[in-house]
Amino acid sequence: MEQFLGDYTFRTVALGTAILGAISGALGAFAVLRRQSLLGDAVSHAALPGIGLAFIITGSKAPLILMVGAGLAGWLATVVVLVITTTTRIKFDGALGFVLSVFFGIGLVLLTFIQKFPDAGQAGLDSFLFGQAAALVEQDVITIAVLGGLALAVLVLFWKEFKLLSFDPEFANSLVLPVRRLDLGLTTLLVVAIVIGLQTVGVVLMSAMIIAPAAAARQWTDNLGIMVLISMVIGALSGVGGALLSTSMSNLPTGPTIVLCASGVVLVSVIIAPRRGLVWEQIRRTLQARRLRSEAILLDLFELARKHDSYEHPHMEAALKVMHPNASTLRRQLRSLHSKGLISVHSTGGWALTEEGMNTCKGLLDKRVR
Amino acid sequence: MANAIEVRDLTVAYRESPVLWDIDLDVPSGALMAIVGPNGAGKTTLIQAILSLIKPAAGQIRIFGQPYRSVASSVGYVPQRGSVDWDFPTSVLDVVLMGLYGRLGWVRRPGRDQRTEAMAALDQVGMAELAHRQISQLSGGQQQRVFLARALVQDARIYLMDEPLQGVDATTERTIIELLRTLQSLGKTVMVVHHDLQTVSSYFDEVLLLNVRRIASGPVSEVFTEANLRLTYGGRVAIIKGAT
Repeated sequence: MEQFLGDYTFRTVALGTAILGAISGALGAFAVLRRQSLLGDAVSHAALPGIGLAFIITGSKAPLILMVGAGLAGWLATVVVLVITTTTRIKFDGALGFVLSVFFGIGLVLLTFIQKFPDAGQAGLDSFLFGQAAALVEQDVITIAVLGGLALAVLVLFWKEFKLLSFDPEFANSLVLPVRRLDLGLTTLLVVAIVIGLQTVGVVLMSAMIIAPAAAARQWTDNLGIMVLISMVIGALSGVGGALLSTSMSNLPTGPTIVLCASGVVLVSVIIAPRRGLVWEQIRRTLQARRLRSEAILLDLFELARKHDSYEHPHMEAALKVMHPNASTLRRQLRSLHSKGLISVHSTGGWALTEEGMNTCKGLLDKRVR
Repeated sequence: MANAIEVRDLTVAYRESPVLWDIDLDVPSGALMAIVGPNGAGKTTLIQAILSLIKPAAGQIRIFGQPYRSVASSVGYVPQRGSVDWDFPTSVLDVVLMGLYGRLGWVRRPGRDQRTEAMAALDQVGMAELAHRQISQLSGGQQQRVFLARALVQDARIYLMDEPLQGVDATTERTIIELLRTLQSLGKTVMVVHHDLQTVSSYFDEVLLLNVRRIASGPVSEVFTEANLRLTYGGRVAIIKGAT
């Protein structure tokens, strides 16, 4: 294993997967915010026939050539989806599902056809289905880095336009920004991000690399720039983690292991992220329920006190018990109110409002009336 | 007085039946005009057509005598607040800054000057303290005021607002009405899609009664009549106080 980590091949693989993870994380953030996550799925599946055709036409397996084929096919698929939704009454999801399966079907047919070629054994295009990180060589990494770097540069250059497009396209349109061209541009960047990951992650699961890092990143921040950065880091780490797992264990396909790593991060983020996480939400609910219960007890004491001359007239716990038959925590709540100085305990063992408690009650009632 | 907006023979159709049919409308410069009509009357569509967000089937629209593209920077837009995802990861100040994107031009990022402008606009709508708040934490009235502030930084000559008073509390409503009056006193032209017939006469000086066709438009005192309202709402309208 140690020998393996210092290995040149492994460093190539790790670098490649880290870069592609970061790029798909960045563009994925925009896709997720624009509710276009599924478009990524359609693009990646639709890329398969492009890969097949590129190989049939050129006979080459050079990464750039296959990526161009994949990109053109993926891009064509998004155009077809767009045409279907604007010219027919078929909705976006229906068009996506249809285009995805038709293109993928054609892709599978082409792959089978290629298998029958004389040197089919060396074709190895079927690794594009589930990805094969071990096959990454320096040339692939350079291609990934250059294409990804370009995509990222365009994203940074038109950052504010893409941000407005994602938040409020109609307003962007009213500022006479070329919304359609921006939309096309951002979608093209997404296609690039998907295409550079296909060889490593595979067409079937590539969309997870678009969605998962972004979904996880959204949990941790409310700032678009920071979200994109976190998403890139998560994408890169999942890429390296998955590649490490799959190359260290023989015959484990890379795509699924990378996606599992990313999904793990999503799971953790959904559970423990501050403010948006489930744990946080549960804590907030519990605290709120506790606060409401103790407010209710305080207001009951207020109600009871109104029947006497003075708010200091004590009432026994039993009297409150009648008003809160289900409150098993009544005594604990009373103690907590006592420690906050809102109620006082009398020698008889009864509870009464303090002046501060009285004022708190008035404030609460005031708020509820409003 | 010159017209800020002139609409001629405007027809908009999404499918078979027209949403707006043969509309002619003059909006005098400096007017504070309410657009009133039942659901589906085409109020939002009219605003979107003026902003050339949708392509009309026929007719033309001139703003200060020119097509929208050449005067876009003189037109401020306040969309319905339900038109965006308020869970988008951004802050109040950021949204207001978006109003300056048109003037900034490509690639340039908003800087200190722009932030100062945006803060001034937020102050005008009473939201300066919430500038750095995440937008998902805003109430409906606050969301509406953010959109107004975003339009204010556009420093436009014409403002088109789609239901800015929809679902806001009484305090916000007062703030917004005061703002509309301020805009008018600065010589701006303001068109507002409005739902509350009771307040038309007290808030606005011009009104457009719309139901696919233009029923009537002009000074509130002249055209906001019971007869015209019946024509607009098809007799389904109860007697309106303030209608003459």
